[in-house]
Amino acid sequence: MAEASVHDMSFMNKLAVENIHKRYGTTEVLKGVSLAARPGEVISILGSSGSGKSTFLRCINLLEQPNQGAIWLDDQEIKLRLGKHGMLRAENQRALQQLRTKVAMVFQSFNLWSHLNVLQNIIEAPVHVKKVPKPDAIAKARANLAKVGLSSEVEKKYPAQLSGGQQQRVAIARALTMDPEVMLFDEPTSALDPELVGEVLKVIQALATEGRTMIIVTHEINFARHVSHRVVFLSEGKIEEEGPPGEVLEQPKSERLVQFLSGTRWHTAT
Amino acid sequence: MIDLIKQYWQPFLWGSPNHISGLAMTLWLTIASCVMGFGFALPLSVARAAGPSWLRRSIWVFTFLFRGTPLYVQLLIVYSAIYGLDFVRNTPGLGSFFKDALNCTILAFTVNTCAYTTELLAGAVKATPRGEVEAARSLGLAGINLYLRIVLPSALRRALPAYSNEVILMLHATTLASTATVPDILKVARDANADYYLPFPAFGIAAILYACLSVTFISLFRKAEQKWLKHLSTT
Repeated sequence: MAEASVHDMSFMNKLAVENIHKRYGTTEVLKGVSLAARPGEVISILGSSGSGKSTFLRCINLLEQPNQGAIWLDDQEIKLRLGKHGMLRAENQRALQQLRTKVAMVFQSFNLWSHLNVLQNIIEAPVHVKKVPKPDAIAKARANLAKVGLSSEVEKKYPAQLSGGQQQRVAIARALTMDPEVMLFDEPTSALDPELVGEVLKVIQALATEGRTMIIVTHEINFARHVSHRVVFLSEGKIEEEGPPGEVLEQPKSERLVQFLSGTRWHTAT
Repeated sequence: MIDLIKQYWQPFLWGSPNHISGLAMTLWLTIASCVMGFGFALPLSVARAAGPSWLRRSIWVFTFLFRGTPLYVQLLIVYSAIYGLDFVRNTPGLGSFFKDALNCTILAFTVNTCAYTTELLAGAVKATPRGEVEAARSLGLAGINLYLRIVLPSALRRALPAYSNEVILMLHATTLASTATVPDILKVARDANADYYLPFPAFGIAAILYACLSVTFISLFRKAEQKWLKHLSTT
């Protein structure tokens, strides 16, 4: 899908991470992972549990501090310094905030703020981090709620009053309202009941066609094949195979990927 | 008994403009110490939950001292022992402050409820769902902003039922003020009893007044819970 256009773009990368290493104690979960996303590129990361794919995603916006590596946004390096316990952290609060307002994340367990209603959840960060005037933020929030297929009736509801699928769509609207340049999805459908998976995948699929750079960690292989320009297969903390979904998923070269693909259910997006 | 009521109804309720007593005094003791105690507990609880380890430990020592000893003993130390120190008596500001029974009582009550409230709020801060904090961080909220916007609003709601308990306990603990000559409800009841030797009416009236205050506080907190905890209902 839209693969040619990606290759036509300039040499600039929207986001690049290089040689990310992450250790927990003596266990090395990431053994030097690099990835570059061109503007508008949609990349899916696959891998069995424990392969380090979520950790990798969380290193990109520094929710997890890597032990080694570098991050570029718009070809500008995010300044990192070595902090406590040999882990890299943003050199200053401003650099970190800049990274995080441009790179939004959608979590497996939604992580909506339970004491705020839907509208408050969505406008919180735009108003208090990006200093968007409240009326503008509300207008944008409403537009994004409509975009994720939710009616204005949910605005005043609290997260506990919504289904999992609705909560995740609100979380996507919350991320969207920051006008992020990159969106990270960390297994966005893994905590959902099977019948709710489709509605969330449909929303993400629609976003993928809008030209926003997205990196998606997922178990939904069929979905990954349909939405992504590139698929990355992570195994034991390293990239085992990557390329266009047609090649990687249909003619897997590595033994591990063959095994992984044969053991996974194939969901459809719609 | 009619005479007792006739003579003491006003002291039981509010006394006179230049000598506040009874219910008004008990209310003032409770509200002043709870408001100030809460105000100090707020930053202390965040530091206790998320501060550097030396700070966490020193706050723990403070809360342990004041939760581990009886309030009555604390009141005696503040009211009797501190004023007994020469340098306190001879320092103008300190001397006049500690000479006043009401000052000493409110100080002891404030510090005591502050210690309990600090632990209570610190527990609520620590119980903030990890994912909600991560979501806030991932959207650029950090430092004080993260606490003021997300963690504390969520923690204070969680702490509300337990805090209403603390306020009721504090209301009942204010009866100790009467031992330091502060004219609260119980002090008036004791005076009335001393005058008329009618312990049942004297202390019975005190009990009724305390019960009325408890009911008022409880219903106010119930209203607050309805307002602030409505996000917990699933319908």
